[in-house]
Amino acid sequence: MIAFNKYYNKFNILSASLVIISLLLLIFKGLNFGIDFKGGTLIELRSTESKINVSSLRDNLSQMNLGDISVKNFGNKSDFLIKFENNENKNVIEQIKINLDKSFGSSFNFRRVENVGPKVSDELLKSGVIAISVALALMLIYIWIRFEWQFSLGAIMALFHDVIVTLGLFSLLGLEINLSIIAAVLTIVGYSMNDTVVIFDRVRENLRKYSDIKIFELTNLSINETLSRTLITSITTLLALLSIFFFGGEVLKGFSLAMIFGVIFGTYSSIYIANTVLVRLNVSQKTVLREDKN
Amino acid sequence: MLYFSKLRIIFITIISLFFILIASSNFFKFNNEILNKKINLGLDLQGGSYLLLEIDNKPVIEQKLQNLTAIIRNYFKDKNIRITNFKLIDQNLFFTSDKNFRQIIIDDFNAEDSKINPYYPRFKSHQLEIFEEDNFFKVSFSKQGIVNLKTSSQDQALEIVRRRIDEIGTNEPNILKRGNDRILVELPGLDDPMRIKSLLGKTANLTFRFVTKSSEDSFGAEKLVFEDGSEEAIVSKRIILSGDNLLDAQPRMNNDTNETVVTFSLDRVGAKRFGKATSNGIGKRLAIILDGKIISAPVIRDKIATGSGQISGGFTFKSATDLALLLRSGALPAPLNIIEERTVGPDLGQDSIKAGMIALIIGFVLVVLFIFVKYRIFGAITNITLILNLFILIGILTLFEATLTLPGIAGIILTVGMAVDANVLIFERIKEELKDEKNNLIAFDSGYVKSRTAILDANITTLLAAIILFFMGSGPIKGFSLTLGIGIFTTLFSVYFIARLLTVLYVSKNKEKEGLI
Repeated sequence: MIAFNKYYNKFNILSASLVIISLLLLIFKGLNFGIDFKGGTLIELRSTESKINVSSLRDNLSQMNLGDISVKNFGNKSDFLIKFENNENKNVIEQIKINLDKSFGSSFNFRRVENVGPKVSDELLKSGVIAISVALALMLIYIWIRFEWQFSLGAIMALFHDVIVTLGLFSLLGLEINLSIIAAVLTIVGYSMNDTVVIFDRVRENLRKYSDIKIFELTNLSINETLSRTLITSITTLLALLSIFFFGGEVLKGFSLAMIFGVIFGTYSSIYIANTVLVRLNVSQKTVLREDKN
Repeated sequence: MLYFSKLRIIFITIISLFFILIASSNFFKFNNEILNKKINLGLDLQGGSYLLLEIDNKPVIEQKLQNLTAIIRNYFKDKNIRITNFKLIDQNLFFTSDKNFRQIIIDDFNAEDSKINPYYPRFKSHQLEIFEEDNFFKVSFSKQGIVNLKTSSQDQALEIVRRRIDEIGTNEPNILKRGNDRILVELPGLDDPMRIKSLLGKTANLTFRFVTKSSEDSFGAEKLVFEDGSEEAIVSKRIILSGDNLLDAQPRMNNDTNETVVTFSLDRVGAKRFGKATSNGIGKRLAIILDGKIISAPVIRDKIATGSGQISGGFTFKSATDLALLLRSGALPAPLNIIEERTVGPDLGQDSIKAGMIALIIGFVLVVLFIFVKYRIFGAITNITLILNLFILIGILTLFEATLTLPGIAGIILTVGMAVDANVLIFERIKEELKDEKNNLIAFDSGYVKSRTAILDANITTLLAAIILFFMGSGPIKGFSLTLGIGIFTTLFSVYFIARLLTVLYVSKNKEKEGLI
């Protein structure tokens, strides 16, 4: 049996600092919103001419007065991702096409064009925030129906931890937040909850079974009993996600990365946040038996 | 618990075979209506254009209020009330009247059976609102009035958009209403939406009006520029003909001048008006105006009584084709703005399918190997279940002809990763039970029973997340939530029916064996 409970305090301090650092990052550094939430235009280009590189492309486009423009390689050397802010000009994409053809010959293939107006991006951001809030609220209600309030608090704290730290990491690394990241965050919410609930189920079962074991030991016992399931499920989920990350193409990179972070944090928080809340609230057999009588 | 009736075994087998058959119809051709179904590929996989258009209703509102001036003036004229000082400011119509009539005017507007302010009997709210401000009356559309106006302009715009897109002839376009002032257009297979964008961006409001000198026209006049920006002309506000009078328009090559023109034919009313105007206006210039710009303003030489004519204006064949198309399909009630566009080229779509499939296969193989190494014979059972689970999932998507997106494929891969969870929960529980219980059958039975709540909890939480995503998300993200959500049901089915059946068959043959799992 692994003595997870020996490190409860240490990891609580670590988690608390991670959450605080993440919140500071989110407040002061902010998130790198993509065009879905900020509005603007994105163009994915593939060139057939090997001489074309990021700087020659940037020099060419910066003459077009597109405002703040970013040009990056995307996946490999011949693919480029161009992004710029909202432009009043309705024919801007056509003009870029003409301009590039003139300067480089017809060696570009426009693989993807996305243009999100300011009104739409505001709405998308709003609905993203609403979606995550509703998800958290629904989880709260579900867990509140299923468990005693101490358990609910533990699960929700673990959930907030996972979401905040994942977003904090995205802020730290400057990774782009787009619609698929919202999907990832929601899936993380589901996964984290799932992982916590499985351990909690066992904690509750053990609370009913053993009246003489203190919650400090009992959580440790429950974590150990469910440990191999926790690990196997995390591993298979991570195998699937790593496969998406490495082979699923550039578009799914951000999504799978967020999910990978989320699964790791979710597994960690089920053990070191959700359970420690039970310990700190001094949950005992009485807590679950009272509920049974009701 | 560990007992399967023959009927149930047959039921499980039939369901599994049915979905395998359905799933395989994505790869083979069947001559059967139910079987010959395919998963739809989303725009991100097959390539295509997604356009979200917003109707700019401001000009419509202003036009309606402008038209109201005459109606209000005439209505009260019949009652010997003089209304003066009409002014249209910021979607509000202002006017004044003699003090003594104020109450009558207000009452007339607010009466339940008001002649100039309808809707009350149907909507319990008037079309217009009237306020008294200082010495002015202020009339504007009520909430209900705005809603009705938006809905009707959306209906009209949808029809025109559909006609224009149908004229171009793209395959299987999807044109849908969004809210009450938006239209969503999905055009699969279209990799350059430039032409459609420019066609949808034009209101195509066509008018024929005489060129005049500003002072001499009783209808008022306005200065307009030519389409090519070369010159300006003062044009009367009196409309001789509008696009509504057009029956047909076609691009043609004029053999005399070797110029591309657009020929048109008029309806009966239009032909009459055109004949009269051309006979009265010989020697005058008749301006042909599209969306506030003059295309051309030829001098009238003869009366045109045939009800047909032609528009020239330095067209290329392409621009003449587009103009004819716009004229045939009619004018939009209000300008449309493209507020969101997402276009994926077909080769990127192909690449995404390839990448998604490779990721699915690799992810699948890794999970299968891991589970086999970990659980051996029960790993094999889990893996068979996983394969069937995948077939059932694809089968259901096929049966409903659901749309598969790249995030949707990610949802399938994720389902593969998470689907083993239920079996793992069960097997781990059985292992624990076997520590105290020597009877394999009893241990397996209680393993299944005791792990059930945890499995349900785990799946319900994920399902909740998927449901929220489905209702909140758009396009590709919806595809993700769809596969993830359906995946939960197929997982539960395959774990509790297929995997359990296989487990029962194995365990009942090895009742006495120790260290079974």
